Amino acid sequence: MAASIGIDSRHLLPASTREHPPGWWAMVCLIITEGALFAYFLFSYFYLESMAPQWPPNNLPELKLAGPNTVILIASSFVIWWAARGIAVGQQMRLRIGLLITAIMGVVFLIIQSREYASLKFTASSHAYGSLFITITAFHFAHVVVGVLMILTTELRAWLGHFTAHRHLAVTNTVLYWHFVDIVWLFVFTALYLTPRIWGHS
Amino acid sequence: MATTAPYSEPTAETAAHLDQIWHTPHTLYGRLATVDHKIIGIRYLVTSFVFLALGGLEAAAMRAQLAQPNLHLLSPEAYNQIFTMHGTTMIFWYAAPILSGFSNYLWPLLLGSRDMALPRVNALSYWLFLFSGIFLYSSALVGQMPDRGWFAYAPMTELRYSPALNMDFYALALLFLTISTTVGSINFLVTMLKMRAPGMSINRMPIMIWSTATISLSVLFALPSLSAACTFLFFDRRLAMHFFDSAQGGSPLLWQHLFWIFGHPWVYIVVLPAMGMASMMIPTFCRRPLAGHTYVVMATIMTGLIGFGVWVHHMFATGLPPMAMSFFSAASLTIVIPSAVTVFAWIATLWDSKPVMRTPMLFLLGFVVLFVIGGVSGVMTAALPFDWQLTDTYFVVAHLHYVLIGINLFPVVAAVYYWFPKMTGRMMSERLGRWNFWVMFIGFNLGFFPMHISGLLGMPRRIYTYGGGLGWDVANLVTSIGAYVFAIGVLLFFINVIVSRRTGAVAGDNPWDGGTLEWSVSSPPPEYNFLVIPTVRSREPLWEDRLGSAQRSSIREGPTLAEGRETVGTTPLDAELARVLTMPEDSLLPLALALVTLVLFYGLLLQAWWVAGVAAFGVYIVLNIWLWPKATEPLSEEG
Repeated sequence: MAASIGIDSRHLLPASTREHPPGWWAMVCLIITEGALFAYFLFSYFYLESMAPQWPPNNLPELKLAGPNTVILIASSFVIWWAARGIAVGQQMRLRIGLLITAIMGVVFLIIQSREYASLKFTASSHAYGSLFITITAFHFAHVVVGVLMILTTELRAWLGHFTAHRHLAVTNTVLYWHFVDIVWLFVFTALYLTPRIWGHS
Repeated sequence: MATTAPYSEPTAETAAHLDQIWHTPHTLYGRLATVDHKIIGIRYLVTSFVFLALGGLEAAAMRAQLAQPNLHLLSPEAYNQIFTMHGTTMIFWYAAPILSGFSNYLWPLLLGSRDMALPRVNALSYWLFLFSGIFLYSSALVGQMPDRGWFAYAPMTELRYSPALNMDFYALALLFLTISTTVGSINFLVTMLKMRAPGMSINRMPIMIWSTATISLSVLFALPSLSAACTFLFFDRRLAMHFFDSAQGGSPLLWQHLFWIFGHPWVYIVVLPAMGMASMMIPTFCRRPLAGHTYVVMATIMTGLIGFGVWVHHMFATGLPPMAMSFFSAASLTIVIPSAVTVFAWIATLWDSKPVMRTPMLFLLGFVVLFVIGGVSGVMTAALPFDWQLTDTYFVVAHLHYVLIGINLFPVVAAVYYWFPKMTGRMMSERLGRWNFWVMFIGFNLGFFPMHISGLLGMPRRIYTYGGGLGWDVANLVTSIGAYVFAIGVLLFFINVIVSRRTGAVAGDNPWDGGTLEWSVSSPPPEYNFLVIPTVRSREPLWEDRLGSAQRSSIREGPTLAEGRETVGTTPLDAELARVLTMPEDSLLPLALALVTLVLFYGLLLQAWWVAGVAAFGVYIVLNIWLWPKATEPLSEEG
C-alpha cells in the first residue's frame, strides 16, 4: 500500500548482513546474568566450605549416577550443534532429528537426576551443605527443564517449516541456551562432586 | 553504504503515513498495550516519583518522631517498619527506576531510532516494576511491612526472630523487582549495540548512553547476587534451610557478602546515569562540548568496574582479616580517581565558558557541591580506623544521603527541568524553579549536615528515640526542621511540574539550543520519533555549524522507512547500516506476563505452592504466545 509513499527506503538499504540480530544479543545478555547467578551460588558454596570443620558433613557425593549423567548432558551439546549445522545448510530433517535427540537426552538427564535426589542421605534442611547442594542442583534442574521446553517448541516449529538456512534465530538462541545449561553443569559438577575429592577434609 | 544515496525529501504525506503506522490509540486497549518508549518512559518517571513521595512521607514520620528526645509518636515496631520501607523504597523503587525512566524516554531520541530494540520487553519491565512495588506495599495492608532495615542483615531476618510475613515480603518483592531491572538492562544493552543511527560510531555516542550502558552491564553481573541472597533467605525461612544459620554450618556473613557484592555496584547504578545526564546538560548551558569527553567515558567505565571491588568496605566492622580489609580500603580510595576526573571535566567545561544560569544549571551546581561533600565523607569512611568509630552512626546516614540525594535527586530534578519541554512541549516556570532550588538546597543542608555532627557525637542509626542530655537534641531538632524544609522544596517541584504542564510557555523544538538529536524533533516528539532516520557524523549533530565540523550529519534527509513499523539496525561498533528491523505492534502480552508473575509471587508468599505452580505454567504459556511468529511475518527473511 505504501509503495508510492516510502519511495526511498527499502531498496536503497543494503540487504541483511551476517550481523547478529537484537534477539541474539538479548540471549547473550540473559546467559551472562544467569551465569553470574550460578557463580554466586558457587561462591556461597566455597565460602561456607571455607568455614566448615568438615566438608561435606557426611559422605562424599557419589559419582555412580552423576558421572554418566554428566557425559549424557555434554554429549547432547554436540548433538544440538550437529542439528544447528544442519539448518544452516537448509537440511530440515537433520534439524528435526537432532533437536528431538537432544530433548530426549535432556529428559534422561532429568530422570537420572531425580533418582540421584532419591538416593541422597540428607535433605535441604539437614545442614547448610544440604541446602547448598539441593538449591544449586535444583536451580540447574529447573534450567534443564526450561531448556527442554525451548527445544520442544523449536522442534514443533521445525516441523511446521518455520526455519530456513537464512532465518532461524529461534534455533540459534535455543542452541546457545542449551550450551549454557550444559557448560554451567560442568562447573556445578566440578564444584559439588570433584573438588571435595581433591581438597575435601573429612 | 547507502548514505550518499539520493534520498528524496519526505513529504507531508509520508509523515501522515508514519503517524498512522506508529499511532497508539487513546483507548483502554491502547493504554494497556502500548510499547511506545516515550509513554513507558514517562510512566516510569511518574511511578518513581510516587515512590519518592511515599518514601518521603515515611521520612517525615521518622523526623517527627526524632525531633525531640523521648517522643512516642511511633511505637518501636512501627518505627522499624517505617525506616525499613523508607530505605527500601528510595533505593530500589525510586533511585534506579527514575533513571530507567529518563533512559527509556531519551535513548531512542538520542540514538536517532524509532524505538528501543525490544519494545515489548520495555513494556514488560515497566509492568513488573509497578507490580513489584504494589506487592511490596501490599504488606502495609496486613500491617507486616519489612522491618529489619533495607539491607536486612541475617540472622535477625531468620524465621525464628521474625515469624510473620514481613521479611517474606522483602525477599520476594526484591526478587520480583530484579526481573524487571534485568530485562530492562538487557534492553538497554541491545539497544546500544544495535539501534544507533547510521554513523554514530561508539566514539560519537552521547555520554548518557555510555553511563546507562555501563550500569546495565553492571546490573547483569551484580543483580544475581541479590537474587541469590533473597532466594537463600526465602528458602531459609519457608523451606527450613540453613544458609544463614551458623548452628547448622551456615553463616550470617554470607548474607552480608552477597548483599554488598550486589549493593556497592548498585550505588553506582543509581548515580552513574545521573552523572551522565549532568554531562549532557552542563555542556548545553556552557555552550560548548564537554571537556575531556573520552576521559569522562573512561572514568564512567572505570567506576562501574571498581564498584565491584569495594563491597567489603560495608563490612569493616565484622572482624575480617586485616589483609582483606586493607585491600578493600585501598580499592575504595581508588574509586575517588575516576569520580574526580569527572568532576574536573565539569569544572573545566564551566571554567572555559559563560554558563547560562537557568534552573537546571542551578540544580547541577548544587549537585556538584553536594557530590564533593558526600565524596569527602566517603573518603573518610573508607579509612579503616575512622570507619570503626563511625559505623552504624548518623555520620553514615549523612554520608549516604549526601551521595544519594546529591548525585541522584538533584541531577534528576535538573533533568526534569531540562527535558520537560521535550516531553510536554512546555517550559517549566523559571521563577518557581529558583524558589524550588533554593528551598531544596538550603533544606537539604540544614537537614543532613547536622547528621554528621550527631554521628560524631555517637548517635547510632535506627533507634526510635533517645534520651535527653546526650548532646544530640539540637542537632536532631535542626535535622527535623531541615527535612521538612527540604520536603517543601520537593513539593514546590511537583507543583511546578503540574502547573507548567498546562500553563508553561510553549517550548519549541530546541529551547536550550542543545546539540544532540533529541532536540532536532518536535516537542513533544511524534510517535515515530524521526521522520527520516538521521545519519550522524559528530557527537553534537546540531552544533556542527557553530563548531565548524568538517563532516556534516544528515538530519532532514535519509530513509523514511514508511512501509511498515520499521527502523534500522546498525553494527555494534561503527554503526554501519546492517538491516531494516520490523518492530512489534502494541501488545497485551507484557501486561499479561507481568500479571501472572504477580500471581506467582503471591503464591510463593502465602506458600500456596499450587497457585505458584499454575502461575509458572501461565508464564510458560504467555512466553510461547509471545515468541510465536505472527502469521503475517515473512518467513523467508533473516531475523
